Amino acid sequence: MTEDWQHGGFGLYIHWPFCQAKCPYCDFNSHVAAKIDQSRWKSAYLAEIQRVAAELPNRVLNTIYFGGGTPSLMDPDLVGDMIAAIRGAWPTANDIEITLEANPGSVETGRFAAFRDAGINRVSVGIQALNDADLRALGRIHSVAEARKAIEIAQSTFDRSSFDLIYARQNQSLADWQAELREALAMAADHLSLYQLTIEDGTAFGDRLSRGGLRGLPDEDLAGDMYFATQEICDTAGYPAYEVSNHAALGSESRHNLIYWRYGDYAGIGPGAHGRVTVGGQKFATETHLAPGKWLNAVEETGNGENLRDAVSGFDQAGEYLMFGLRILDGVDLKRLNGLYRDYIAPQKLLELLELGLVARSGDTLRTTAKGRPVLNAVIRNLLPEV
Amino acid sequence: MTDLKHIRNFSIVAHIDHGKSTLADRLIQMTGTVAARDMQEQLLDSMDIERERGITIKANTVRIEYPAQDGDTYVLNLIDTPGHVDFAYEVSRSMQAVEGSLLVVDASQGVEAQTLANVYQAIEADHEIVPVLNKVDLPAAEPERVAEQIEDVIGIDASDAVEISAKTGLGIPDVLEAIVQRLPHPEGDADAPLKAMLVDSYYDPYLGVVVIIRVLDGKIKKGDRIQMLGTGGKYPVDRLGVFRPKMQDIAELGPGEIGFLTASIKQVRDTRVGDTITHEKKQTATPLPGFKPAQPVVFCGLFPVDSAEFEDLRDAIEKLALNDASFSFEMETSAALGFGFRCGFLGLLHLEVIRDRIEREYDIDLITTAPSVIYHIHMKDGTMQELHNPADMPDLTHVDHLEEPRIKATIMVPDEYLGDVLKLCQDRRGIQLDMTYAGTRAMVVYDLPLNEVVFDFYDRLKSVTKGYASFDYQMEGYQTDNLVKMQVLVNDEPVDALSTMVHRDRAEQRGRAMCEKLKDLIPRHMFKIPIQAAIGGKVIARETLSAMRKDVTAKCYGGDATRKKKLLEKQKAGKKRMRQFGKVDIPQEAFISALKMDD
Repeated sequence: MTEDWQHGGFGLYIHWPFCQAKCPYCDFNSHVAAKIDQSRWKSAYLAEIQRVAAELPNRVLNTIYFGGGTPSLMDPDLVGDMIAAIRGAWPTANDIEITLEANPGSVETGRFAAFRDAGINRVSVGIQALNDADLRALGRIHSVAEARKAIEIAQSTFDRSSFDLIYARQNQSLADWQAELREALAMAADHLSLYQLTIEDGTAFGDRLSRGGLRGLPDEDLAGDMYFATQEICDTAGYPAYEVSNHAALGSESRHNLIYWRYGDYAGIGPGAHGRVTVGGQKFATETHLAPGKWLNAVEETGNGENLRDAVSGFDQAGEYLMFGLRILDGVDLKRLNGLYRDYIAPQKLLELLELGLVARSGDTLRTTAKGRPVLNAVIRNLLPEV
Repeated sequence: MTDLKHIRNFSIVAHIDHGKSTLADRLIQMTGTVAARDMQEQLLDSMDIERERGITIKANTVRIEYPAQDGDTYVLNLIDTPGHVDFAYEVSRSMQAVEGSLLVVDASQGVEAQTLANVYQAIEADHEIVPVLNKVDLPAAEPERVAEQIEDVIGIDASDAVEISAKTGLGIPDVLEAIVQRLPHPEGDADAPLKAMLVDSYYDPYLGVVVIIRVLDGKIKKGDRIQMLGTGGKYPVDRLGVFRPKMQDIAELGPGEIGFLTASIKQVRDTRVGDTITHEKKQTATPLPGFKPAQPVVFCGLFPVDSAEFEDLRDAIEKLALNDASFSFEMETSAALGFGFRCGFLGLLHLEVIRDRIEREYDIDLITTAPSVIYHIHMKDGTMQELHNPADMPDLTHVDHLEEPRIKATIMVPDEYLGDVLKLCQDRRGIQLDMTYAGTRAMVVYDLPLNEVVFDFYDRLKSVTKGYASFDYQMEGYQTDNLVKMQVLVNDEPVDALSTMVHRDRAEQRGRAMCEKLKDLIPRHMFKIPIQAAIGGKVIARETLSAMRKDVTAKCYGGDATRKKKLLEKQKAGKKRMRQFGKVDIPQEAFISALKMDD
């Protein structure tokens, strides 16, 4: 019998928690460390790979994703050893996608060839802006020139590459963004992630905003205009959105990220990595120790970096699947949703959204429409059952 | 029983913050009525809200024994009355129970509107009045100028006003002497049949209803069988005593004395202020005229935020009503707000006090709808109906005309703010009746519709005068005017809780203001929402709330599943704090804020 996760596939997420500097908008698990004992970390990562592999044996691994932090600061040998261990632990898909997040600094780009030789076949470069003043405002330590250079090297080194931009920045006009996006598309390979700047609590930007600082952020209407302009420009350039913030030429989507959005299984390795893994027919949510030192000690002393493992109920699985599935063009398979939790969506709520044209249904597939996607949070809030 | 010549009964008249409660505290303290270790501020104000807001809501009494300079000991009975206009009626009744008043005026502030209203009641009650200038220790104090003002504005002799500082205790012995020497002693016949006035009553959880009485003739003892002539109720006196200010039992009360009794009376509603208390067997032949019960003039709906708390709210309201005969309530159903109560109050302060007590003492979150007044609807068939709630407005085809209550408002204001005050009154459909000057302060008297005042007039007055104006009013009866019911439609559906009565000439302006306010108060939805104000079927103002443009999480990857879903669930739960109307969620504050006028 097919288990539900098989609709999405199986991927491995590896978290490298260190950065050279912390960006003020970033709410990821990242740390600035003076000195990192790469051999200690290597043993810990390898031990965790073996632990997870023992629990989830004999499945085809579709993707590996090195995220962070700044994994491009990892020693390429460490990356190579990990990939080798992973390939030894699972049968891997022929077209396995192995992505590494990279910063455009010269230290990192200098290692691109070594990463390719270690087995990385896709990079995602954090460019964020094509404007030096804005890069400084975002707390980035690279320049536009370095960014362009990094994209060039990435494209000549790897088969596939992507880069990120952040829009709806302070004092950014619609015209500014349109111009910048066109410029970006001209140098894009096959994939782009375009994020609206989100101010998260607990970040430096969040603190500044709550103290009344961080002026000049666009209002909802301007942000909406920027979103629609983004769709139009990318569609025309042949990079339609296959997810809220992700654009790709057909067939060049991030397969790893699609595993999340298709609600497959993903195992998380490294400090603060989350997973959704099905063991004995039950889906679990897993989390590892968040603090790098704590994680390292736990792995070394107990042989297990995990500190949380919760069975995810069918009800909660349905909610997570819905939240993810409506982000992508695939949409949500209502039959599959019903299999996770019967009658999860109230028919009346669905009808209202259908009438408003925010979602569309064809057969058993429920999709967010172009109109519904920019207000997806409201759509999901409406579909989540009353509790 | 105390000899009549050694009794003095008095009240204190003052504007809020002019030091009434502090003076009362000093009088109690300096005569040793309360041991120093038991002393606390605002001794006579027992409710938290009274202490917090620095106001007196219920009348309180205290009996002070004072050894005067003439060598005799006198019994001084102070009735501490509410100062606020909402409780003016309570004040006027209490005034009838005493023979004199201390008029306390802040020597740095001068006479205020509230001082005036209360001192006129004292004059009407034939009181001997002793002016007392408080806060003379302040650098800004101008006792001579203020004494002059008292003479000019109030028209009483202030040449021998007592100068004090209630805060420091300066001049307090002079006040005590003035009470003994200048206030008249009560009259009465100890041998006549019992005739006592019911001054006030309140509910005590341990004792039941406690009745404050003033004996006019005859004597009353514990165990006596008494009858209240107005209500006809007959009771045996369980307990008789005086307040010092703690309850102290006493064997007998005679003419001129003030004290309390308990008599197994179940609720405050069974007692009528101003009623005549006499002996069941040997009754007085000359009962007191009695008072009209206080009538609520301001109405609003109180609804529980959480509809599951409706029964708790009913319980709270019933308990509060036991101790407050002037507060009325009836069940109300609103399409927007569900089940709640339409409540009647003596005024806005009374409303706020009750609301605060429900929220605080009973821990129930409330939605308060916009206050309204009682309109008189004259029907074509010649009958008249009272309208307490705009939502109940009958079909206009049967209505001949409407009348609204009007007030006479007295406002005292430094002349630099006079222009703003006149504009405010004019904007609220006021008619100027009088304007006089006392020094640099102007006193203006306006005839105003109560419905223009109940909502935010006092807030606006405070804001345009930076808090320097004082305000008081009295009801002046009903007058016909061109009044209409204005409805608000949100997404084409009428929201009953937002219906208001407005003057026809001001309807467009009010309607526009309300629609604009609501546009800001209602969050964007997934669809655009028309917000309209209408009279009958005619739309007089319209705004459109745009559909939500952008609300989507930019980044949502594997590690975000738990956190982002929780966030969405939390936001969804947050919407429960709003009221759903049709497909539109309206936040609670909209029901009140939409009606505030930022003139």
